Amino acid sequence: MRGLGTPRGTQRNHAGESERAAEVGDRPGIPTRVRTMKMIGQAAEGEPGGQAGAGVNGAISIPPAFTVREVSVHYGMHQALKSVSLEIPCHEITALIGPSGCGKSTFLRVLNRMNEVVPHTRTTGSVRLNGTEIYDPRVDVVELRKQVGMVFQKPNPFPMTIFDNVASGPRVHGIRKHSDLESLVERSLRAAALWNEVKDWLGKSAFALSGGQQQRLCIARALAVEPQVLLMDEPCSALDPISTFRIEELMNEFKRRYTIVLVTHNMYQASRVSQRTGFFLAGELVEIGPTEQLFEAPRDPRTDGYVRGRFG
Amino acid sequence: MNRDSVALEPHSAALLMRVAHPSRWWKEWGFQILALLAVLLAIVVLLALILDVLRDGMTRLNIRFLTSFPSRHAEEAGIKSALVGSVYLMLLTGLISGPVGVGAAIYLEEYAPLNRITRVLELNIANLAGVPSVVYGLLGLELFVRAMRLERSLLAGALTMSLLILPVIIIASREALRAVPMSIRHGALALGFTRWQVISRNVLPLALPGILTGLILGFSRAIGETAPLIAMGALTFIAFLPENPLSPFTVLPIQSFNWISRPQEAFHTNAAAAIVVLLGLLLVLNALAIWLRNRLQQHREG
Repeated sequence: MRGLGTPRGTQRNHAGESERAAEVGDRPGIPTRVRTMKMIGQAAEGEPGGQAGAGVNGAISIPPAFTVREVSVHYGMHQALKSVSLEIPCHEITALIGPSGCGKSTFLRVLNRMNEVVPHTRTTGSVRLNGTEIYDPRVDVVELRKQVGMVFQKPNPFPMTIFDNVASGPRVHGIRKHSDLESLVERSLRAAALWNEVKDWLGKSAFALSGGQQQRLCIARALAVEPQVLLMDEPCSALDPISTFRIEELMNEFKRRYTIVLVTHNMYQASRVSQRTGFFLAGELVEIGPTEQLFEAPRDPRTDGYVRGRFG
Repeated sequence: MNRDSVALEPHSAALLMRVAHPSRWWKEWGFQILALLAVLLAIVVLLALILDVLRDGMTRLNIRFLTSFPSRHAEEAGIKSALVGSVYLMLLTGLISGPVGVGAAIYLEEYAPLNRITRVLELNIANLAGVPSVVYGLLGLELFVRAMRLERSLLAGALTMSLLILPVIIIASREALRAVPMSIRHGALALGFTRWQVISRNVLPLALPGILTGLILGFSRAIGETAPLIAMGALTFIAFLPENPLSPFTVLPIQSFNWISRPQEAFHTNAAAAIVVLLGLLLVLNALAIWLRNRLQQHREG
């Protein structure tokens, strides 16, 4: 259904795949789905991940969380992403900036396969998470999305209680015991710096919260599934400056435990919180590098024009 | 009014007055009055109908009327078999059309690919909602009574009624599902929910009030329909209760239709009384459904 990769990319995957498949594949009674899940689960620390160790701009010492090679996305006839290649390092905040419609949000949704939700979308190229090709047909998309959580532009709490919002993910993934759920909900709400504000109101509707609280609730909901990566799609664009500040503080804390990819319209935000920044324009990745370098000394004249506010 | 603070030119002050714009005033009020008249007309006609039926029927309305079988003598005739038949028919129709209708709506709204076949299906369902009910009766006669050899049974009647109200249920349920914001579905999918988990845990609870409204509309239509059952030949004189889904049956609208077509005045009174019972049954069913809907809504928001 989905064309995977250019010939080059595909070949590389298949080589890596068959080796690992041979490792775990001969065990009888383990369905393919489970095996693939395991493959994503293993943090593949020893594996250099092909040429992934060396970044496009500057060297990365630890293996990247995501290795993206020549990814293109088409919506019907319209090409939204044009052969994007980049690495996303572990435990860092990677910011993606660019004008509206440049493809940065599309790129974010490539990373947890949420782009498949939109009809008539075609994704080609190779995306590896810890060395595993996530567009491999054997990959269980449910397991992928458990490991790659997402926070949306507009807070989208479920129409249920605060507790149930946070507990719904873990419940779906098999946690039934109420005491387990309670401690997980508390932990997640604390991590999202919301616990003190809502601890006496857990049975109240999530809609009773303010916009900034709702967004932190959505972050807590994503954390409750215990992902490795957090994708944030303009998480502060609907929020006031104080709520924005609190969420930026959270992101700074999170990078010790999670890999964060942040799409933002706000260049100040990108420069405040991120370690690396990529600039998208008209579906292309123009430039990616250390945040300071991208804002102070961009290599591409288009980046220069954008970060200096000449257009966009 | 604070006259001191109003410092407008004389002519612009005059322009602010309503009398300076009679046509605008008339358009605004004229439309409101027209709308009010439309509502009053509907209510007056309904009230007149109910009062007329009540006046005619109240004299016959008593426990014996409810608990007697039909008879050749108007004073002894009752609606026991028709009332029980109506309730059974409703239950069976609900059991058949509810799951099928809601299931079809879920498929079309949540799973169906956006292609030509889906569009043809949607168009046809919308058209089916406008087909006269007699046509469904004839279809029921051919398909259920003759081809499937169900005879003139409760089951054949319920299947025919289900066909009749399925389009209404499907269309209303789809509207309810479509009203659930996409962001809820995306939020759940991003947490690693499967398609079915998204639907059963997030979408259906939100759409349930709207779906219930569709079901109420459909059932209300089915309980009052006479034509399809007459077309498929449901019996009019039944002096026993249906024992199982394959028993012959009659319903309230058919019973009143039968009584009205008799020459004797006393049977007309019986028909009016039967209609009062039918209206009452309808009211009770609707009230029950609305109560259920409100309860579900409160539960969700609480």
